[in-house]
Amino acid sequence: MLYLYDGSLNVPEILKEWYEQEATSNYGAYIPFVGTVRSEDGIEGLSFDIYEPILNSWFAAWQERAKAKGAVIKMAHSKGDVMLHESSYIAAVFSPKRRVALEFIDEFVEDFKASAPIWKYDLKNGKRVYALDRSTAISGSGLLGVRK
Amino acid sequence: MKKFVLSQELSKEETLIRVEFLGPIQKEPLELEIKNLNELATILQNDKELSEWLENSAVAVNDALVSSLDCELKDGDKVSLLPPVCGG
Repeated sequence: MLYLYDGSLNVPEILKEWYEQEATSNYGAYIPFVGTVRSEDGIEGLSFDIYEPILNSWFAAWQERAKAKGAVIKMAHSKGDVMLHESSYIAAVFSPKRRVALEFIDEFVEDFKASAPIWKYDLKNGKRVYALDRSTAISGSGLLGVRK
Repeated sequence: MKKFVLSQELSKEETLIRVEFLGPIQKEPLELEIKNLNELATILQNDKELSEWLENSAVAVNDALVSSLDCELKDGDKVSLLPPVCGG
């Protein structure tokens, strides 16, 4: 269950929708993580590009891991511009007992940061500047740069 | 009729690969006649604008990440370069 939106996320609506989707699924725990754009370094906001084919397969692999533990993962992310104090990311895990969801949300969000094909740009002085210094090379990067 | 024969002949020999540059890499897609990723590496290494991106980008063939250049390509395959990511 992966949801992509143009622009910022309506956090109360999404959290409520997910809560209601699983209200009678007999999960004992619902643990959401919400990512919000903070004011720093004079940015006006952030902007995102997403490559959906690989994002979908990455997410499907995580959903399989969750399913094996009786849990389910939901994720929402913004495309395009998200301004200060708006939110661009929500991840949530539902599980029968809290421990599985607490561990999954930690592992899932960390791998999301390192692997999900999403690119972040700072919006500064009306320009869109790639946030290279805060980005992580996907595992195995650099193959094409190796000289023979 | 002549055109049909020509396209048949071409299809026997050509291996046309589409190469896409994702996210912040400001480069239009390429259509290249190559047979494997080693040939692609050689071609892209001659493009100075790409040198930093080649060092830090991951590579996917038909939307699956690869961990080695020992990958044969067939006609119509798509190769994507994925620079460093930062969702959230």
